Amino acid sequence: MSQDRVYNVLIVGVGGQGIILASDVLGKVAAKHGYDVKKNEIHGMAQRGGSVSSHVRFGKTVRSPIIKMGEADILLSFEQIETLRYFPFLSVKGQVVVNNQKILPPSVFTGQQEYPQDVLERIKTKAPSAIVVDGESVAAKIGNLRVLNVIFLGVLSKFLDIPAETYEKTLKESLKPKLVDINLKAFNEGRSMAPA
Amino acid sequence: MKELLSGNEAIARGAYEYGVRLASAYPGTPSTEILEYIGERYPEIIAGWAPNEKVALEVVAGASYGGSRTLAAMKHVGLNVAADPFMTLSYTGINGGLVIVVCDDPEMHSSQNEQDTRNYAKFGKVPCLEPSDSQEAKDMIGEALEISEQFDTPVIFRSSTRISHSMSLVELAERKEGKRELGLKKDPVKYVMLPAMARKKHPLVEQRLKDVAAFAESFPYNKVIMGDTSVGIISSGVAFQYAYEVMPKASFLKLGMVWPLPEKMIRDFSSKVDKLLVIEELDPFLEEAIRLMGISVEGKNLTGRCGELSPEKLEIAITGKSSAKSIGSIDIELPMRPPNMCPGCPHRATFTALKKNKVYVAGDIGCYTLGALPPLGMLDNCLCMGAGIGIASGLARTLKDVAGGKAVAVIGDSTLFHSGMTPLLELAYNGGHSTVLILDNRITAMTGAQHHPGTGFTLREEPSVNVSVEKLCESFGLKRVKTVNPYKIKELEKTIKEELEVSEPSVIIARAPCALLKTGRVLPDKPFRIKQDVCTGCKSCINTGCPALEFVKIDLPEKGKKRKGFSRINAALCVGCGTCQEVCKFDAIEEAS
Repeated sequence: MSQDRVYNVLIVGVGGQGIILASDVLGKVAAKHGYDVKKNEIHGMAQRGGSVSSHVRFGKTVRSPIIKMGEADILLSFEQIETLRYFPFLSVKGQVVVNNQKILPPSVFTGQQEYPQDVLERIKTKAPSAIVVDGESVAAKIGNLRVLNVIFLGVLSKFLDIPAETYEKTLKESLKPKLVDINLKAFNEGRSMAPA
Repeated sequence: MKELLSGNEAIARGAYEYGVRLASAYPGTPSTEILEYIGERYPEIIAGWAPNEKVALEVVAGASYGGSRTLAAMKHVGLNVAADPFMTLSYTGINGGLVIVVCDDPEMHSSQNEQDTRNYAKFGKVPCLEPSDSQEAKDMIGEALEISEQFDTPVIFRSSTRISHSMSLVELAERKEGKRELGLKKDPVKYVMLPAMARKKHPLVEQRLKDVAAFAESFPYNKVIMGDTSVGIISSGVAFQYAYEVMPKASFLKLGMVWPLPEKMIRDFSSKVDKLLVIEELDPFLEEAIRLMGISVEGKNLTGRCGELSPEKLEIAITGKSSAKSIGSIDIELPMRPPNMCPGCPHRATFTALKKNKVYVAGDIGCYTLGALPPLGMLDNCLCMGAGIGIASGLARTLKDVAGGKAVAVIGDSTLFHSGMTPLLELAYNGGHSTVLILDNRITAMTGAQHHPGTGFTLREEPSVNVSVEKLCESFGLKRVKTVNPYKIKELEKTIKEELEVSEPSVIIARAPCALLKTGRVLPDKPFRIKQDVCTGCKSCINTGCPALEFVKIDLPEKGKKRKGFSRINAALCVGCGTCQEVCKFDAIEEAS
């Protein structure tokens, strides 16, 4: 990662999945590492099951708080079809990390529309380096479904040049003491799942 | 060490650092967190929720008249509510610095319109500052308070969704108290706007605007960044960040004060560049003012007036294409994912009962506005805060029997206290056969659970009044006031039917706490389950739109059954409200053991 460039991470999913906490931690990690940081998301309706996206940008100097479409280096997606909704934000050289979870939108759970088929295959055809993570199983193994977001932060950390200690320190500072251990475990579990 | 703060956190911090002594607001996205952060973090500031923005501004005006530095915060449409005190506050002027933070919502991420607050600054003849990131948001609160005191004027501080909800690094400082002496000061010529006094004030207001315009020429947040002189860009707010990102080599005049404008500075800048562009969101506010100066300028012909800008929209508007190399899209039809009422939401139960009565619903603003979306589809209009009761009243009185027994108004508790009480009084006063449903979920829910005068607590969780909606209605002279538990859908349905049939105004209070509230909880938090063999697949439960329900299609026909599928409950989401059980005609839903 060059010193002058700006790194763009787009985190997407469904309200309630912990996207905003993940992007808050990433923003703080980047700031602690010495980068200029900007981050933006649309919230307000985030708790009510809507589509959520959070833009995190860091580098020497960051101007716009939102990523230019086509310039995201990493698309970190917590839900299958949300990946597709924000796909054009990804750069042609960008990396996809996707949770294999499906969360049904209202038109699907009421039987009006179908949930699209073969989403992961379509993603892999277009972005062969895409990593699919079974986030729910990993979270269940760790013992709390709510650590899903930190597992993904762990996977993401392998694609950035910031040392793991900075994430761990930030997680310790950002979380309630009783949640620190399980989240550190989740972070390291996620980190071990990314290709070396 | 710098801290990563959102624009709203930075505005709250600015209020703290620059000696604000009182802050008031009514919640509204994207402004809500400003007062929440002040409440949580800065006990030095007297702060509380006001029932609405008009009251917030009046409380702030009083504190300012007494010499305190003050801040009111609201979303863009909140200033419409506060417009009456605002317009004349411009005449009385202030004593302690007074800042009105107004957060616009271009693109209407969470709003009913995208009005541009800069027009209010021009209309009210007051200065308007606009920050471009969190550092500026904090620092410029200090500038706004200084300008307010120096020129004896309220100051509008315009933010937007992308400033209020973006985080960037901020250098913090210590608190400094305001400079004004505190106390009661008799000065009727300044503060009593009788016609004779107001006539003397108006010329002073006009002169003040000229004085601030002269000050704007050397205001440090109006700055020139000279680069390539083939294009000069005048911009402000987040639009400046997009423009600088897309055209880093161009020359810029970045305005921190967007009203009044530094004419000399603008003339000087335009004379140094070959072509002048204004990059601004929403109205051609700067563009038209600059054109009136006789300067040739382009802007809205390229960027448009609707919605928000973004780096790629701007680049395409100016250069005709995006320089980014996108991976492209995967072209399959994606189901939309709109926000939905939460599992266990009492509003879902109320709308389900209304749907059974097949009524026309005059709506209002809150989580229940989501009742307009399928599969409920039960809201027939939604205009502004507090409008539903008046609309229902107007419909009932003009359409008489056509609307009789067929139209209701719905309004939440917080919205009732905001601006629903006066239309309810109008209904009691002028009569008519309207039925009003007060959806009392004990909180301001849509903006993320803020207290109001009916919750029993203040901003800082201190015990306070807990207004009785029943007694309020009775004191207005309304004779038919009934309170029901919305989860008892059959009972609510019957009550609605009864009240629709009477020819006088009636009120039904459907009361159950928001499903996200931990206090006063009535929900069992134990999931229900569907007996799969009993379910006929009629979709009655599915049509309540609860996210904890799912319709499972059956591909192969079942022996002896006509159903095309069956319903299933997601135990991880179900909180046991029982709405689905109430609507099930086949006894297929039971508590999970």
